[in-house]
Amino acid sequence: MSNQILLATKKGTLLVDRRNGRWTPRPIAHAGQAVSYAARDPRDGTLWACMDNAHWGPALMRSRDAGATWEDASRVVYPQGARYIEQLIPDPKAMEEAGKPIIYKAAALMKVWALGFGGKDQPGVIHAGTLPGGLFTTRDGGESWELNRPLWNHESRGGDLFAGAATSKNQWGGTPAAIAYGEFVPGIHSVVVDPRDSNHVYVAVSCAGVIETRDGGKSWAGCNRGMLNDYLPNPEAEWGHDPHFVTLCPGQPDRLWQQNHSGVFTSEDGARSWKRVSQKDVAVHFGFPIAADDKDAKTAWVVPLQSDQERMTIGGGLFVARTSDGGASWQSFREGLPQEHCYDVIYRHALDASGDSVCFGSTTGNVYVSEDRGESWGCIGTNLPPVHSVRFA
Amino acid sequence: MPRVVLTRHLQRFFPTLKEAEEVPGATVRDLIAELNKRYPGFALYVVDETGRLRRHVNVFVHDEPICDREALSDAVSPGDEVFILQALSGGAGGH
Repeated sequence: MSNQILLATKKGTLLVDRRNGRWTPRPIAHAGQAVSYAARDPRDGTLWACMDNAHWGPALMRSRDAGATWEDASRVVYPQGARYIEQLIPDPKAMEEAGKPIIYKAAALMKVWALGFGGKDQPGVIHAGTLPGGLFTTRDGGESWELNRPLWNHESRGGDLFAGAATSKNQWGGTPAAIAYGEFVPGIHSVVVDPRDSNHVYVAVSCAGVIETRDGGKSWAGCNRGMLNDYLPNPEAEWGHDPHFVTLCPGQPDRLWQQNHSGVFTSEDGARSWKRVSQKDVAVHFGFPIAADDKDAKTAWVVPLQSDQERMTIGGGLFVARTSDGGASWQSFREGLPQEHCYDVIYRHALDASGDSVCFGSTTGNVYVSEDRGESWGCIGTNLPPVHSVRFA
Repeated sequence: MPRVVLTRHLQRFFPTLKEAEEVPGATVRDLIAELNKRYPGFALYVVDETGRLRRHVNVFVHDEPICDREALSDAVSPGDEVFILQALSGGAGGH
């Protein structure tokens, strides 16, 4: 069981330690600065914080002394010539622009949205998912980062735009999460390394879907069969999906889970196929995060919201839903969670599970932890900054 | 040579940065490149990797905001005072 939680918040990084049965936050690190994601590298214990400074740009910081001090890691930068096809927010003005020539834009990093640590056989390898939709990899623990060009140049993005004009149709749409950065661009928010094979990596893109490499990033293929998008004329389209978060069961890695805009989905065959396991009658459908059990392929947790039109708790009360049968049924747990006047939204990275512990944090600065697999909850803090990510160390 | 006045906010990241630095150069871009030599990593706090001024950063020559936020080609002369400041806009919004 983990005895530490990392919280990335709008006002800095909080380390929360479990001592004598109590979870207690330390004084905040990076005070006053927004942090989009924070996690501990399980291989060497380095703590990572993805800085999201509105003025001075995105940056990475790391701590090699368990959070006592932090240092700058090398910046993630797009190489010269990296371009993407401009996406317009689908409003009436954009519709007037439809049919006009493709506009290519020079890529610059807006945000490091998520990190994925390589396997034990790949010390120093870390993947970074970013806005505007590039995946970067360091092979030296953050001294240098390289854009994964096969994914950036994938045919689903229009092909090799370093070389010239698009040679295929761009299938990657923008994510509303990018609008705060002034553009409507895609974002990679989930980077999932197969614990059996470090060269097998899934990434999830808003808005495109899930795409995987089985050869260490040299080639990529979409894996969205069985996905349903209720917002497309053809719900079974290969692309255009909006996975909010994707994760897998480390003990049985062919089991993946996906909280999507259009429901909760799971795969039992390494993302070769997906099936929807949402059950609106028990209020499991819309939400952002999902957490998988370490060992049991059939267990996962979500924190549902009312709907995409009403992004708030259901009936004013917070609850966590757990399935123990692969999504066939869901149980709701409310003990210890407030049941009225809750407007908490739990972002896609703000729920995590480790052993019997589960923790989530909300946009309204509330953080709750369970040590009995989500059945009852205690409060870590109620006046914390908006929480962007929650990760057990 | 131009005198560059820097917001104190940047001292958080570059503790030895002075509030004002005498910096040689003929354009704003030159000044930032020189400051990046003095303080490695400085440039990426002010511009992105394409050389564009960051969205919520302002550069003024005397009282006037620079014209070329894309390439920072605005000319500067000895004796000019150049201000690098955070824009008030960056404190708002979704992040």
